[in-house]
Amino acid sequence: MEVLVVFLPLLAFLVAGAIAMLAKGPGEAHAHASHGHGHDDHGHDSHSHSHDAHGHDDHAADDHGHGHDDHHAPDWRDRVSQIVTCGAVLLAMVLSWALYLDVTGHNAPRTTVLFSWITSGAFDVSWTLRVDQLTAVMLIVVNTVSAMVHVYSVGYMSHDPQKPRFMAYLSLFTFFMLSLVTANDFVQMFFGWEGVGVASYLLINFWYEKKSANDASMKAFLVNRVGDFGFALGIFAIFVLTGSVQFDTVFAKAPELVNAKIHFLSWDFPALTCACLLLFMGAMGKSAQLGLHTWLPDAMEGPTPVSALIHAATMVTAGVFMVCRLSPVFEYAPGALQVVTVIGAMTAFVAATIGFTQFDIKRVIAYSTMSQLGYMFFAAGVSAYGAAMFHLFTHAFFKALLFLGAGSVIHALSGEQDMRNMGGVWSKIKITYALMWIGNLALAGLPFFAGFYSKDMILEAAFGAHSAVGKFAFWLGIAAAFMTAFYSWRLLFMTFHGKPRASKEVMDHVHESPWVMLIPLFVLALGAVFAGVLFHNNFVGEHRAEFWGKALFVLHDNDSIEKAHHGLPGWVPVMPLIVGLAGIALAYVLYMSIPSLPAKIAGVFRGVHQFFFHKWYFDELYDVLFVQPARKLGYGLWKSGDGALIDGVGPDGVAAATRDVAVRTARLQSGYVFHYAFAMVIGIVLLVIWLSIVG
Amino acid sequence: MAGWPILSITTFLPLVGALFILIIRGSKEDVDRNARNVALWTTLITFALSLFIWINFDPSNPNYQMVEKAEWIPAFKISYHMGVDGISVLFVILSTFLMPLCILASWESVQKRVKEYMVAFLVLETLMIGMFCALDFVLFYMFFEGVLIPMFLIIGVWGGPRRVYAAFKFFLYTLLGSVLMLLAILAMYFVAGTTDVPTITATAFPRSMQMWLWLAFFASFAVKVPMWPVHTWLPDAHVEAPTAGSVILAGVLLKMGGYGFLRFNIPILPEATEFFAPLVYTLSIVALVYTSLVALAQEDMKKLIAYSSVAHMGYVTVGMFTLNTQGIGGSIYQMLSHGVVSGALFLCVGVVYDRMHTREIAQYGGLVKLMPKYAVVFLFMTLASVGLPGTSGFIGEFLVLLGAFRDNTWVATLMALGLVLGAAYALLLYRRVVYGVITNPHVRSMFDLTPREVAVFVPLVIVVLWMGIYPNSFLSVPAASVEQLITVYQTKLAAAGNVAVAVR
Repeated sequence: MEVLVVFLPLLAFLVAGAIAMLAKGPGEAHAHASHGHGHDDHGHDSHSHSHDAHGHDDHAADDHGHGHDDHHAPDWRDRVSQIVTCGAVLLAMVLSWALYLDVTGHNAPRTTVLFSWITSGAFDVSWTLRVDQLTAVMLIVVNTVSAMVHVYSVGYMSHDPQKPRFMAYLSLFTFFMLSLVTANDFVQMFFGWEGVGVASYLLINFWYEKKSANDASMKAFLVNRVGDFGFALGIFAIFVLTGSVQFDTVFAKAPELVNAKIHFLSWDFPALTCACLLLFMGAMGKSAQLGLHTWLPDAMEGPTPVSALIHAATMVTAGVFMVCRLSPVFEYAPGALQVVTVIGAMTAFVAATIGFTQFDIKRVIAYSTMSQLGYMFFAAGVSAYGAAMFHLFTHAFFKALLFLGAGSVIHALSGEQDMRNMGGVWSKIKITYALMWIGNLALAGLPFFAGFYSKDMILEAAFGAHSAVGKFAFWLGIAAAFMTAFYSWRLLFMTFHGKPRASKEVMDHVHESPWVMLIPLFVLALGAVFAGVLFHNNFVGEHRAEFWGKALFVLHDNDSIEKAHHGLPGWVPVMPLIVGLAGIALAYVLYMSIPSLPAKIAGVFRGVHQFFFHKWYFDELYDVLFVQPARKLGYGLWKSGDGALIDGVGPDGVAAATRDVAVRTARLQSGYVFHYAFAMVIGIVLLVIWLSIVG
Repeated sequence: MAGWPILSITTFLPLVGALFILIIRGSKEDVDRNARNVALWTTLITFALSLFIWINFDPSNPNYQMVEKAEWIPAFKISYHMGVDGISVLFVILSTFLMPLCILASWESVQKRVKEYMVAFLVLETLMIGMFCALDFVLFYMFFEGVLIPMFLIIGVWGGPRRVYAAFKFFLYTLLGSVLMLLAILAMYFVAGTTDVPTITATAFPRSMQMWLWLAFFASFAVKVPMWPVHTWLPDAHVEAPTAGSVILAGVLLKMGGYGFLRFNIPILPEATEFFAPLVYTLSIVALVYTSLVALAQEDMKKLIAYSSVAHMGYVTVGMFTLNTQGIGGSIYQMLSHGVVSGALFLCVGVVYDRMHTREIAQYGGLVKLMPKYAVVFLFMTLASVGLPGTSGFIGEFLVLLGAFRDNTWVATLMALGLVLGAAYALLLYRRVVYGVITNPHVRSMFDLTPREVAVFVPLVIVVLWMGIYPNSFLSVPAASVEQLITVYQTKLAAAGNVAVAVR
């Protein structure tokens, strides 16, 4: 069954990819049998509302212009690719729920070895599908959200000429994500890890003519590579320490290595902490934690379904999954856990501060995602792995819902993404409006919605950990919770309420999305409402030990969930709710009651606002520190290193010198006999002297 | 099959094909057509034959197999001695595999002196295969040096505008190194009294002599690899060489350097190897960082890929001098993978060069719109070059880094920077050529891959995937020989009274 779950999406990718590549060129809007007679798509037929016409303006239109009268009649290729990919992933979704019930119900983790992969001396890895409780949870998250996004995309991309390619990429991503979560060793995890990176690269760059999309996709790949640099070194360290990269073998050896040292670079470090921190660097890249987060907001260049699937629900949570998967190692690396907590808490806070100053609806949600990922990390950092996974689980539903809902808004507003150009549309798209409310209620953690259970659990566990970093995380988390509620309702108010700020043509066009887009939203809304109340007992409640089995490991002294369940001060559990309500109230005051106030406040606190608005100047800093120097250094080394120095002294220099000597020698050939005679005399004298000395 | 001199047949079959081509007579079209066909069939049959070498090869036996030995110049104890072990056998296959693809890639792009071109390539193939099979120093040296001649001609006659400069630079650089190697071979001959490679490998040379011999060999092989700072011939040679010439240059000729280190420097001169390993590490790290940065600044597609070759070969040299299983195994794997992937990348450049006759990156942009199949192949090979898991590039890089980490974490960490830098220049190239809006009107007239080009790329894609998903078919071949190499190295070092080694 797990084989089907993992490989169905791959199969779908191959089918859809073949359709995309062979049937018609992805660049050609319509089925031109022959290539290369130099046509271009710019308005060369009646369907001039293609992407090209709109794709280049800056504000862009994540979704390109919707001319509603000229729906691209999907031809059979589009249909086949949509049916194959959606069908495969829906089937995989059903199967993964069955797997989940089977594995968690009977506490029956299983491992299927497919075939060997790399064997080199003691280094031995196989292609394996490991399905334990942790994987089972990830499988339902990935496949459910992916299936919903696949279906949603049928509607959302209905105007795009390249549907098969889009569907193929989505399925490819799903396959890599599944191979990541089913990995039984570090190397296969790395395979999935890099694979989702490539899929993300391709999807961010789906509209490849946009320069901003090109930039964003490269940035995403490269920043992730920086993380993977650490990940790879971490794998090597683990192998050197334990002689294996298989999870179970490594986990079994971890307790013996508590006091071990590793000589890394020129210093001796505590072995496991060093290895875990290197691995965590990979997690920071993939999950956009502070320092390696700059790619995530830019990744919003991709179509909105991509943002929902990859940059909210699944891929970006891979780092959290990794830390939880490696809990048997991290537990013995207390130093690493503290770093995870601090980084997570700071990310939650910083992202929230940026989030409430942004105007692009998708970027607000993207910063919100980053902030929520921070929560998950500091939960894992205080050893509340169950809470981290719980929040991952609920967050996947409500954040995908928010993104797809935002997509629905963008779709309705003909591609507008700037909230300053929205407003006053709630009565025209009531279903989307209601769904966005549900998503935001769940995000802000209002009672009985999904986020209420998971986020509160995280904050309580952080407090309950009774450590300095735990307290640090708790307070930053509370501050972030306040801001979360604020920016969520700011988003709701700016988008849906107030006076319409869009142009009249756009407003006339506002329409509710088709059912093929709304049904997936309903499914996700179900998750956003019920995922918390139904699952909290299993994930973090009394049954958590039986539920997780051996998939999560917590040292007895570290069990912050246990501590949180007993003897917290009474104000701690209500604190998140209070600040959440305060945030909503503040948003109401600023954006509903006195809409002129935000600009004034921004004016008064100009410095701070600019600092937040410009994302704490991370991009500018990295540009100065890394990008520019690399470029200049490369050019300089090429011209002066290779050109002037090596070639100048080396081959060209020797050639030039030879030429010079030849010229000088030629000059010596003056043609006067006495010159030659003189030279000969000197030669003979020298020869005689030499002979007399030596002889 | 076992009784046949299969190595000699495989080696010299291309020469027979070359003779056939030489006697072709008739009108220009007839000659050209026949020359192409004969060359293609010869290389295909040679490839098929070489597969028998692989089939007959016993991976569990670390020694030389399919050995042929005949007296040649008995007065000097020089013999015709051929044989393959796990280290060399896959390089033979790599050479014979790339050759038909090169012929096919030159099918239309070479119109000038087709007959001579094909002859040059077939002679080159004989010399390359012979080089990897030779087990006598004199024989080896003849093949090793002989390779220069057809390559010099290929660049000098069928190359680009600065071909003469490039050809001479290539020739002088490599010749200079080789002369030193010749001196080293002579010196060894005077000590060991033979030029037989296995016999010399069993000989112990005094430490001080090892140092000089090592440096002499190093001079020759470092130029071939090429290692920083003697790499500057490579970008020029690649830029000027015709596409197929670049493929062979990157695919096989660079591997001769790495092969030489493994075959001679390490087992024959272990004490010097241990002494100079830090030098190799340093040069490789400099090569990786330096050339990756330089690649970022390139404006010529081929130059960029050429610089990336230097960076990738940095992994190879680091890997083999870690002297552990993963390091050496990984470096052999990296050489094979780089042979296929960089060859494919040069072919990718060739495809657009044939259409636009420029390699300037800025002239392109937006190709994906008109050439979707090409875009897929190019992307796939770019990702393989970046070392994406699931492609061949990952296995070699990963194993080399793992081996390096076991030996020296500084080296591993600095080399791992290549993960980032390599992705930067490769994706930058891809993005500037393939993505974006079409700005150059000439690009509009470009067409997608022809069936002939598809036939060239399909085998490469299959091999890259195979090597990435089930690498054990290739990893298991050299495993036994690599273990033996490490054992020989350690035993000799231990015998030399150096105890520090046993810890590895």
